[in-house]
Amino acid sequence: MSNILELNKGESLSVTLNPVSRMDLIKYAGASGDFNPIHTIDEEAEKAGLPGIIAHGMWTMGNLAKLFTPYFEEGFIQDYQIRFSGMVFLSDVITLKAELQNKTVEYMDFDVKAINQKGREVIKGKVRFAIY
Amino acid sequence: MYKDLIGKKSSKVKSTIERGMVTRFAESIGDLNPIYVDEEVGKKSRYGGNIAPPTFPRVLSSGVIEGLKLPKKGLIHGEQNYHYKRPLLVGEDIYSYSVIEDYYEKQGSNGLMGFLSTKRYGEDANGELVFTEESIIIITETVRKAMKV
Repeated sequence: MSNILELNKGESLSVTLNPVSRMDLIKYAGASGDFNPIHTIDEEAEKAGLPGIIAHGMWTMGNLAKLFTPYFEEGFIQDYQIRFSGMVFLSDVITLKAELQNKTVEYMDFDVKAINQKGREVIKGKVRFAIY
Repeated sequence: MYKDLIGKKSSKVKSTIERGMVTRFAESIGDLNPIYVDEEVGKKSRYGGNIAPPTFPRVLSSGVIEGLKLPKKGLIHGEQNYHYKRPLLVGEDIYSYSVIEDYYEKQGSNGLMGFLSTKRYGEDANGELVFTEESIIIITETVRKAMKV
């Protein structure tokens, strides 16, 4: 897609990420300042009752926004709303998706989500891309 | 105990959208797009400079809300909502403060779940609103009880 404005209702932007690695989460912890150890240290995750470390919800939300980054000359993300609905574990393969729901001369509304390799939604929400 | 805090505001805190932090953040979400990191591309863009990713405000410090005590462990991030008037520009100063927007409880499978909504307002040097960032965190009954001990 060279121009987001050419998307039609029902069409999508999508990308599948490399399997989630511990280094991804260590880097996000450092860059964001969120050092909650359930995201990086196995023992702490287990103490919290988890089967293993889980990704920061904001790591997944941050990743999902990149579907729109190539189009910041055409518009910008005016609204970005996410509900965290599932956990992301090490080695999960996450697919990011934005499906165009509605389009006017002023904005484009997308349903956005990230799903894991089992097809389960881990985050879900909406983006309003305002057009210049 | 959180209900009494609805409407409470933090003081305003100044933060600079630092180039190094933006680059590191963009890398950490696998999005090293030139619009975030390449100065030349930024200059030629409609923004006249680089911009920051939409979830970047999470990095910024915000003022303390008096009386708000959160458990160190066991918080669940429920929702996150951003609204922008325009993207954040690398190098600009942002003045932000947080407000407790709401607190309510709902019966869930693990007892009474508490939902705490906090909203951060980010303004530019002229006092114009640039963004709002709402976080809803879920505090389970077990976690709330553990705090009181």
